[in-house]
Amino acid sequence: MSDASLNTTAQAAPAEGEAGFGDYFALLKPRVMTLVVFTAFVGLVSAPGGLHPVEAFAAILFIAIGGGASGALNMWWDADIDAVMKRTRKRPIPAGVISGSEAFGFGMALAGFSVVMLWLATNWVAAALLAFTIFFYVVIYSMWLKRWTPQNIVIGGAAGAFPPMIGWAAVTGTVSLESALMFALIFMWTPPHFWALALFMRSDYDDAGVPMLTVTHGRRATRAHILAYTLLLAALAVGTGFTAVGGPVYLAVALVLNALFLKGAWEIWRRSEEMAEADNYKVEKSVFKLSLYYLFAHFGAIALEAALAPFGLGGW
Amino acid sequence: MALSRQHDLHKRRFSRNLGLGLVLAGFVGLIFGLTVVKVSTDEFTKPLLQENN
Repeated sequence: MSDASLNTTAQAAPAEGEAGFGDYFALLKPRVMTLVVFTAFVGLVSAPGGLHPVEAFAAILFIAIGGGASGALNMWWDADIDAVMKRTRKRPIPAGVISGSEAFGFGMALAGFSVVMLWLATNWVAAALLAFTIFFYVVIYSMWLKRWTPQNIVIGGAAGAFPPMIGWAAVTGTVSLESALMFALIFMWTPPHFWALALFMRSDYDDAGVPMLTVTHGRRATRAHILAYTLLLAALAVGTGFTAVGGPVYLAVALVLNALFLKGAWEIWRRSEEMAEADNYKVEKSVFKLSLYYLFAHFGAIALEAALAPFGLGGW
Repeated sequence: MALSRQHDLHKRRFSRNLGLGLVLAGFVGLIFGLTVVKVSTDEFTKPLLQENN
């Protein structure tokens, strides 16, 4: 369980202890950060009222830095797992470019900095939500759930679901039903998204000993879980279309994408492992890819509804 | 023995220094912009000390 065992691998790597700027940037998990930035932005623009563009930019930036800080702290804690998995082997710590303790200091400093700066730039509610998000991702998900329960993705998904809520709070200073719906959308989307990935990245999680559902309950159960969560997600996503953050554009997008996502989940459920291996997990890969478009399109539609509102076109 | 100027270590160190410099410059600019915005809003009240001067 300790990360110390793997840090020896990092120290033995042929790096010269001089990481470049890009290595530190990689610690922030830039890909995850794009999702954080985008969803926080949507939460911010869809909130009633508004912020000055400079304040809005600062809010998004500090939310992104907070997300990056939790990424760095996650990499510090999970360095042993990262070194085993093909997908994460080249990250700065397992590659030996940055030491674990350096990543820890970097992450902690950025975490404190982002929370304080978000407070100063906006309000304490947004800052408190950001602090809780970092805590949740690092302590609840990375340190506790990830190696302990196959429900790690389900509960841990909450960490990735907070950014739109923080963006909303940055404007309003409160938490509301609308921001909770945006939170729920990402929360319910995360399990089918990650389990589709786990199905075709099969040896990675097995090798690392992470109790993913595929490892603990088997692939048949994972396929059934994907379908069940997609059904719940579809109901939530379409239902959101009838609320204050929804509207005709959002509803049209939700109907089309949820039909596609449900079709994909149904196909995943129907397939046996032999069928999946025969075509190199074609369906699982396409559903995973679709899930990325799914989330961006839903939040894009919410942002569009908000953008159309001043012209009397957005919303109901 | 001195390291060659072309050594990769220098490149990485330069990239780090340049990157950090740009980040700091951007941060100064952002704080300046935020300050201007904050003091320009109607909600901003001047500190009492200044009123007395």
